[in-house]
Parts: sequence; C-alpha cells; structure tokens
Amino acid sequence: MRHLLSSADLSYAQAVKILDTAQEMARISEGPVKKLPTLRGRTIVNLFFEDSTRTRISFEAAAKRLSADVINFSAKGSSTSKGESLKDTAQTLQAMGADAVILRHSASGAAQRLASSHWTTGSVINAGDGTHEHPTQALLDAFTIRKHLRGGTGDLRGLTVAIVGDILHSRVARSNIHLLNLLGAQVILVAPPTLIPLGAEKWSVQISYDLDAVLPLVDAVMMLRVQQERMNDFFFPTAREYSHYYGLNSDRLKLMKPTSLIMHPGPMNRGLEITAESADSARSVILEQVTNGVSVRMAVLYLLLAGAPNEDGELI
Amino acid sequence: MTDYLIDGGVLADGKKAQVFISGGRIVEIDHVVANPNAVNAVRVDAHGCLILPGFVDIHTHLREPGREDSETVESGSRAAAKGGFTAVSAMANTFPVADTAGVVEQVYALGQAAGLCDVFPIGAVTQGLAGQALAELGAMADSKARVRIFSDDGNCVFDPIVMRRALEYVKKFNGVIAQHAQDPQLTKDAQMNEGFLSSRLGMKGWPSVAEESIIARDVLLADHVQSRLHVCHVTTSGGVDIIRWAKARGIQVSAEVTPHHLLLTEELATSYDPIYKVNPPLRTEKDVMALREGLADGTIDVVATDHAPHSAESKECEWQAAAFGMLGLETAFSIVQATMIDTKMMTWSDLVDRMSTAPALIGGYSDHGHSLRVGSSAHVAIVNPTRAWQVDRDLVASRSKNTPYHGMEFPGSVVATFFRGVPTVLDSKLVRTNNGN
Repeated sequence: MRHLLSSADLSYAQAVKILDTAQEMARISEGPVKKLPTLRGRTIVNLFFEDSTRTRISFEAAAKRLSADVINFSAKGSSTSKGESLKDTAQTLQAMGADAVILRHSASGAAQRLASSHWTTGSVINAGDGTHEHPTQALLDAFTIRKHLRGGTGDLRGLTVAIVGDILHSRVARSNIHLLNLLGAQVILVAPPTLIPLGAEKWSVQISYDLDAVLPLVDAVMMLRVQQERMNDFFFPTAREYSHYYGLNSDRLKLMKPTSLIMHPGPMNRGLEITAESADSARSVILEQVTNGVSVRMAVLYLLLAGAPNEDGELI
Repeated sequence: MTDYLIDGGVLADGKKAQVFISGGRIVEIDHVVANPNAVNAVRVDAHGCLILPGFVDIHTHLREPGREDSETVESGSRAAAKGGFTAVSAMANTFPVADTAGVVEQVYALGQAAGLCDVFPIGAVTQGLAGQALAELGAMADSKARVRIFSDDGNCVFDPIVMRRALEYVKKFNGVIAQHAQDPQLTKDAQMNEGFLSSRLGMKGWPSVAEESIIARDVLLADHVQSRLHVCHVTTSGGVDIIRWAKARGIQVSAEVTPHHLLLTEELATSYDPIYKVNPPLRTEKDVMALREGLADGTIDVVATDHAPHSAESKECEWQAAAFGMLGLETAFSIVQATMIDTKMMTWSDLVDRMSTAPALIGGYSDHGHSLRVGSSAHVAIVNPTRAWQVDRDLVASRSKNTPYHGMEFPGSVVATFFRGVPTVLDSKLVRTNNGN
C-alpha cells in the first residue's frame, strides 16, 4: 500500500498491523523521550482545503514525533472557488519535494483523484474527503475500542458498536462501517430515516431509528456531530426534536451497559447530540480518542514512509 | 461540382446497389448505375459497407458563441462529419444565450459558412435560460434559422405555468419544446445517480424520480394543451415506462437517448474521474437495458448525442468541481451499432430511423432524414460495420478531448460522409473543403 485513501481498501492484516504499530507508538509517546528519528529528512505536507485544526495538528504532532519536516499548506476554498486548483497545488508541492501529502478536501474522492493523477509521486493520506471517508479517524476509533475492550490486541470480534446521527453526510461513519466490519464488530446505524443513506442496508449493518432500543445492546456508541447547516434542509424538524430522540443525555446513559464506551470524533455540539453529563462521564473516551489519534497517525506515516517493502513493493 | 459513384456497398435493407451522386443530389440508385455520366464520376469504394442516409443529431453543444476555447461551430461540424452526421442541432446554452433571432441567425450562418453539415440552432424557451419569462419564440421561428425546437437544456423548465405556456405557444408554428427533465430541488448539488453506490462514494445523489416526475408532469401538460413535447436524454427505466404509457394514450411526445446512456453505467464513478461526470448522470445496468429496449421498440424515437465539449481544466480536477458532459458525435454510430445492432435488438433500417429519419422529422429538417432516394439531397453516411477502431482522445476532430471512450475499441466505423453531394469524410478522414477546412 502506497496511499491510505479509504478504510475500505484495507485488508484485515493491514488493519491489525496498523493498530499493532500504533500500540508501539503509544508506548513511545508515554515514555520520557517522545521522539523517533525514523522520518528524519522526509517532508510531509499537510494540505488542507478545508479547515480542521484538530486533524491538522494531530497529523503534525505525529509527523514531528517521527522527526519529519512538516509543511502546513492551507488552501481553504481555493479549488471550487476557481482559485488555485488541486492540480496546481499538488504540482507545486511536488516541485518542493513532498514525500507524503496529507489531504483534507471538501470534495469526495479528492484524495483518490490526487493519488491516481500524475500530479504528485508522494504517498497520499486521506484526512477527510467530503462525505466519503476519513480512514485515520476510523483507525483511531478502532484502536480506542480495542484498547479498552480487547486489551489492546487482536480484533473487535464479538463487540457491537452503534454509530448515531448524521450517517448520510458523515465520512467518519463510512470509514468506521468498513473498518469495524473488517475487524469483526457488529455495527448498528442509528438515525432518523432522513439521515440514513439510500441503500445503506447493503452495508453489513443493522439500521435502527430508535436509540433507546439500541443503547442496551452496545459496547460502544459513537455520537456524530450534527452540522448546523442540516437544520435548514429539512432533515429533521428542529434541533430540540433531534436532541429529544437522538441526543445522548443522562437518562440514556443509564440504558447502557456499565462497561460500554462513549465516543465522539469532535468537535462536539454539547446539548445537541451529546450533553455535558455524557461527554464528561467516566465511560467517555472522547479525549483519549484525541491522544490515540496521534499514535495511529504515527503508525500510518511510519508504515507508508519508513517500513520495509514486501515482495510486491508494498510497505504495509 | 464533382460527381461520385458509390460502388460495392449495400443499402440499409441489405440490397446491393451503386449510388450515383451528381449536382449535390442522388441521381440514380441501381444494381449497376446506367447513367452515362457515371463513368466519369469519382468512384468511392464501399465494399463491405452500408450506404445510409446522413445522420441527424438533434442535441449537441457547439459552444459558439462564448466558449470557443472548447468548441466552435466549425470544429463541432468537423466532429459531426466524422461521425457520419449531415445535420446537427445546436443547443441554446451559449454566451450569449440563443434566446433571440439575432443569436440563432448567427449560429445558423456560422454553420453554413463552415459548410460541413447543416447546423440548426435550438432556441431557448425562456430568456437567459432563467425559467421565468418566455424568449421570443416566434421571432426565432420566423428568423433565417427557422427554429422549431426550443429548449432550456442544461436547465429544466421547472415552473409548470411557464412550461404550459411554452407548449401552447409553439403550436402556432408547429414547434416542439425539448425538455431537460430534472427537478432542480431534488437534484441540488447532485453529482451522480442516487443509490447504494452514491452512498458508498459519499457523493450527493441524483434520484431517478427527479427526472421521472418532470416527464410525467410534462406528458400530461402536452396532452392537456394538445402540443408537442420532446424529452431530452431519457436515462431511467421509469422514464421509459412513462413515455411508453403516454404514447399509448396518443400524447404527442418524442424522446431521445444518448449513446453514453446506452453503454456506460454509474460504476465508472468509482474512479472519481470526472471524465464520467455527465448530466443527466450515468445510471444502472437495469436502466441501460430499459433504454435499449425502449429504443428498439420505438418508445424512444431517436439517438441524440448531447455532445458536450469541455476544456481540459474543466475536467482535470476533483469530481465535484468538474463540468458535466462528454463528447459524443464521433463515437455515436459505433456505440449504437455495438449496443443495438450487434446485440440483434435493432435492424439497420431501425438505426436509420432512430439516427436520421425520426430526428429530422422532430426538428422539421425537411432536407434531411430521407431514406436514400433519387432526387433527394445527397446526404449520405457510409459505414463499415466490421472495421473496428480504437478511440484516441488525441485524434478527435472536436476542439476538446473529454471523451470517456479513450482506449476503448468499437466494432464499426464511419468510412465516408457526403453533405449535399460533397464528401466531408473519405476513408474515415476529414476532407479538406474549398473554404480551407
């Protein structure tokens, strides 16, 4: 594998290897010297066509802990607003000698488009493309679940995970559905019918419109952010009604098994999809997801850029 | 004017015949032409070929005026000639929009000046394609361009009152409203066919119902005001069903299908390569089969290319930012042969009907669409159904290269085209004509 574009592209062995490597990276991050010399002299570009401070600094921290040189390139809005195109930007970075491009873009498929073009020869890592995928988020989610419920090894067989909220527009949901299935977990999508993508039943998932019925069954619940712009597009009547049926509040907290985890990719809309009691409860691993994000991204960068290639020339 | 004797080919009905062309007209069709002047004529070898009437395409975008960087009337005419076409209709979504007599006359004149095929402008239904106020349909109909087809193609005439009035108004001169059936509300920011695949790819879906609901409304309106409706580029099996139902009720509706919707499916979007981005979008295998059946049984009257040239930068970008549309003129015949003739769904006579006779009738293009007969203008396409060829985007006659078929091989080729008795294509190559083209 030269690029990480989609969690749907990963094999079981590749996914487990990334998680295992991330485990090693986490161990190093917990030690007194948090830095490895592995990627010294390599240049990694954070190419962000869309604002996402969290994802950008997470990748930046990961790259720096591996001693890579990091360039942050914020090209917000350029492409679709007829400014500098993805092609020109990529070729510019190529001319500067980028070994890897971490791409965040509002257009679905932008990372795949970049990887299959001749605009750059470096590895492309998808840091979120439109409403398509966000594979490193899924990897850090799987890592977090595995750590808590599987002792940090193996896969997620036997676990049930609910993804709750705006599945339709969520790249986090898509990446998680593929990866959780790959690792053997059972996935339940919970949302009002307007926010379930057409044909979602063909993913190997269960679909429910009833959060209360699902919560007692799950080992982890992932709450998705509800974007303000959805309010004006008739997906649900009001924020209050959404919260009433799909918000994770203290009453619903009581429906969950004592061991089950509360997750959120951030940033949260406190009071809308999740209340403060839930977000800050003992079973919430939301902040830990952020920590694990750095380890997982270190693992991905390490495997794509520094690993020893196998007989097919692939690094992972 | 040079005389031509087309020798060794067969007609659409399978009869072997020589065709003698003189003075721009077909002078004799016979097993062996007897006309004494034929001995001095230039012989055109048509062994292994079919001699068909020149094709007529009632849906092209020639981009002039306004986007001459992607196509001109002249370069589009060359692409048309290479595809065996002798008449094409040019859609109104130019800059300025073809919504006045002045613009349609300009486009018509550019076509005549290029001299490679007749270019019949399509007039806009509404001023500026904005869907609100009717354009001067009468003035365009009475102009030198004699416009009969009106369309806001690219946009749907969405307001039912505007659509009703347009349908009524064009009865005055036997015009037809060609509707781009796309509910704009149901397709806001839509990128590809809505279904499991769009969900997986995270692209905004373009539901079939957005097309079908407009077709259903418009056939009922056409029935109500007893006027003529033409449905542009039908893409869904449901759309075919509605048109079949409307025809059975005697409603005056005609419909077209594009070559790409007869051949390609939404699966191609998995590449995120916007060369496959087109409006209306590529649909499913089931839709493709329904379109082929609809074309075979006459529910769909014509093949029209929706030839849509775009500059390289409009496609060298991420899918969402790319322009909609693909080239069609140079590959249309080959695709119809591959999908309809080689599959035994249609005969060569059916192909002549769908690609020449029926479209000429819809547009009222009286000089075109006649089966080859003595006395008519010599608009002829000679095709070789066994001469396979590979599409190369660097060799297209169009000014743009956005063909989705690059590298694909097709079973049959257009060998020669005659426009009013003058060859525009011989041996599958464009002929230099008097005006330096």
